[in-house]
Amino acid sequence: MRPSIKKPLMGQEWFVRFASPALVGVLLLAVWQAACRMNEVPVYLFPAPTDIMATLAREWPALIGALGSTLAVTLKAFALAVLFGTGLAFLFVQSRFIEFSLFPYAILLQVTPIAAVAPLIIILVKDTSTALTVCAAVIAVFPIISNTTLGLKSVDPGLLSFFRMNKAGRLQTLWRLRIPSALPFFLAGLRISCGLSLIGAVVAEFVAGTGGRSAGLAYEILQSSFQLDIPRMFAALFLITVTGIGLFLLMAGLSRLLLGHWHESAMESES
Amino acid sequence: MKHQEASLRVVSASPAPTAADPAEAPPVVDILSAEKVFANGMRGLAPIDLTIRQGEFVSLIGPSGCGKSTLLKLVANLHQPSDGRIAWWRGDFRRVGEAGRRLAFVFQDPTLMPWARVDANVRLPLDLAGVPRAGAAPRVAAALEQVGLGRHGRHYPRQLSGGMRMRVSIARALVTEPNLLLMDEPFGALDEFTRNKLDDDLVQLSWERQLTTVFVTHSIYEAVFLSTRVIVMAANPGRVFHEFAIDEPMPRGDAFRGSARFAELCRGLSAVLTEASIASQRRD
Repeated sequence: MRPSIKKPLMGQEWFVRFASPALVGVLLLAVWQAACRMNEVPVYLFPAPTDIMATLAREWPALIGALGSTLAVTLKAFALAVLFGTGLAFLFVQSRFIEFSLFPYAILLQVTPIAAVAPLIIILVKDTSTALTVCAAVIAVFPIISNTTLGLKSVDPGLLSFFRMNKAGRLQTLWRLRIPSALPFFLAGLRISCGLSLIGAVVAEFVAGTGGRSAGLAYEILQSSFQLDIPRMFAALFLITVTGIGLFLLMAGLSRLLLGHWHESAMESES
Repeated sequence: MKHQEASLRVVSASPAPTAADPAEAPPVVDILSAEKVFANGMRGLAPIDLTIRQGEFVSLIGPSGCGKSTLLKLVANLHQPSDGRIAWWRGDFRRVGEAGRRLAFVFQDPTLMPWARVDANVRLPLDLAGVPRAGAAPRVAAALEQVGLGRHGRHYPRQLSGGMRMRVSIARALVTEPNLLLMDEPFGALDEFTRNKLDDDLVQLSWERQLTTVFVTHSIYEAVFLSTRVIVMAANPGRVFHEFAIDEPMPRGDAFRGSARFAELCRGLSAVLTEASIASQRRD
């Protein structure tokens, strides 16, 4: 750090990290707004950002309820995926036999399109909300399984020798070596998986197509499209996007909290 | 081959083993016809007989592929010999770890846990042995003090230089108060200035603590400076090619490093190493 020399604006950390992406966002919104207004595009074809915001404010009570329902499904699915994903990963590293017999079926979860299995799950599971949660968990679980398994195996062989030489037990090696080594991989898995949980929750609800008590944002979008209420579709879409970004930032924050002091991926740039 | 060995005896005639008492010291490690054949059928080590006695500083040096690291790992019980056996303090490995029979290993890389602070890294062997935190803390502090890192306990490994990380690794070995210290090219990745400094400290340390040390190195100067005995190995198959004693009194310092005798010993070792690398090619 040389505080005596004034860096140009472009070189300053806060500008690169926050101001420049915000500037791009504002610019895009302005172009969007101007294009809609100047060409007098009707609201029912393509609304301007201000129209969307107005709709959001007007429809807030219904939309926030739907958001709550989608968020609940997302978080439950995410928790389920973390639980099962890490559980399976721990199981896989116990023996090659278990890993080789089960891993192909874990891949099955990954390669099957959720839209194709969702109707089946929705028929099999009575409660709609539970069915949606299961669908979302099914697509969110794979990154956690594969990343955590990789992480638990990515142990410095020198350290492993050191543990063995000091006659460390299985539990000691797991707790003091394998779990900390796996943490960066696990957290990378979480970042992917939280987004997938949200996608799963929305896609499953599209397939389920049911309303009633547990109507989520996907249902709102479907309803709005039936009614050709385009601004409302955009408003619901906006809420989904904001939720996704929020979840991602939360996971990135968790990574920084847990890894910031030692792992390259989460360290501040030092230049 | 015969001719070569004869000529080597002449080479080693000047630094002939003269010290009488080391030969009387009790053995720490007995390597009894131990050999190593790898899973792919490669002969890593031909049967080797070697006794390392208490208080010795033995360096293993030789061309790459001569099995010096393999031999060290056999002594550390990280590998098992394919045939023959190894005795520690005239017993088997189960008794290693008891008081007066502690063994520590320093790897080529510092192999520290990046997520743990320096003091937690040094404490690791004590944690694994179930030593309570309160009892471990002063020992950790003493070990860090000994390697000159008394003020760096709360740092993370990434905040330290390469030489300092190696010092942490040595502190982690010393914290168990080992009697036998095994080092696998520990300073190979360091610049010469740092390496000389660490060599000085190691000489002082092993002399003060009366450690028995087995040290793998690529450096002729390092081997001569540190060792009471240098074992030159040859490859194809890995074997002991020649050995000679360095009977310069301990502790040694820059005065020895700058002496004509040091230069002469290095020249002698260099000549033997050249012979060893020629002998390593012939068997192919």
